[in-house]
Amino acid sequence: MENFEPEIVAFCCHYCAYTAADMAGSKRISYPPNVKIIRVPCTGKVDAIHMMKAFEKGADGVYVAGCLEGDCHFKNGNTRAGYRVAYVQKILEELGWEKDRLAMITMSAGMGERFARTAREFTEKIKELGPSPIKQFNTDTHQQAAG
Amino acid sequence: MITAEQKPLKEIIEYISPYNRILLVGCNECVTVCAAGGRKEVGLLASALHLNCLKQGKTIEIKELTLERQCDPEYVEELVSEIGRVDAIVSMACGCGVQSVAARYKETPVFPAVNTKFMGASVAQGIWEERCKGCGDCMLGITGGICPVARCSKHLLNGPCGGTSYGMCEISPDVECAWCLIWERLKALGMEKRYEEIMEAKDWRPAGGGGPRKIIREDLSL
Repeated sequence: MENFEPEIVAFCCHYCAYTAADMAGSKRISYPPNVKIIRVPCTGKVDAIHMMKAFEKGADGVYVAGCLEGDCHFKNGNTRAGYRVAYVQKILEELGWEKDRLAMITMSAGMGERFARTAREFTEKIKELGPSPIKQFNTDTHQQAAG
Repeated sequence: MITAEQKPLKEIIEYISPYNRILLVGCNECVTVCAAGGRKEVGLLASALHLNCLKQGKTIEIKELTLERQCDPEYVEELVSEIGRVDAIVSMACGCGVQSVAARYKETPVFPAVNTKFMGASVAQGIWEERCKGCGDCMLGITGGICPVARCSKHLLNGPCGGTSYGMCEISPDVECAWCLIWERLKALGMEKRYEEIMEAKDWRPAGGGGPRKIIREDLSL
């Protein structure tokens, strides 16, 4: 598992985190290529099913990156997204998954460095947790077959 | 409307564990409004069940369908083309819907995915409170539009009891005393005299004490 490179899906708000990612690029601040960005008009658009589907399709970690508290372009989309993240975390726990595979993160459009740092920290956290339980099963089965 | 909450995933997983092909059926009525068993929740539960199976290296076939109403035979009939292709049905409707589906498709096991809670109203986004017990003999006309049967913890018809405290019920500081609400409302309407009238013991037969209830409207029959 030492070569494990997690696949991470980041739902990024167009008005903050996505622009922050752009800012990180402009400033030549690198962040792990494990993070695959999906741009959304507002994190309020990210529904529980989107996060679940990301896991279902093999993501090892998922995070929703929205505006700072009180700064949502659409008033409270980020707050709603936070509630939904907490709701999906409960589902994951019920299924015996680590809830830390999912997170809500906030930042402003100018925080390119924070975007890159967050991407690095989240990637490290998922590396510590290991592959998603779906992949863990496949790996275990392959090892048993080889052994 | 009828309110419901999804059952713990563990219980649903146990129900369906012997089966590989599941028909997951939602309902577009009450359970959609209280976000327990509508199209969205059907998708979410299907995804959770898939995740659970993938974790164990298994796959499961889940057909998602949401009916207009699960408590009407016309809509339940829409499932007929799917029945031969599934091993079990999981219904996300209230108890009425689950039973309608079970009564129509006797050869296929039907499992509930929600716990039906009560007849309630939405008091704020995401909050529902019990408002009606379906007692069959509505007395809201004499209690200022506030139901003591549903909202008084003791279902008192001549309240309040000694457990009322500053307008709240003794069972919890979050529960309003129904009889305080009734008194305040009658006072506001200038109908205090109505409060003085002692209500006689209620006939609980229409409330279900006389066995399962039924409504027959011959004018509507075909």
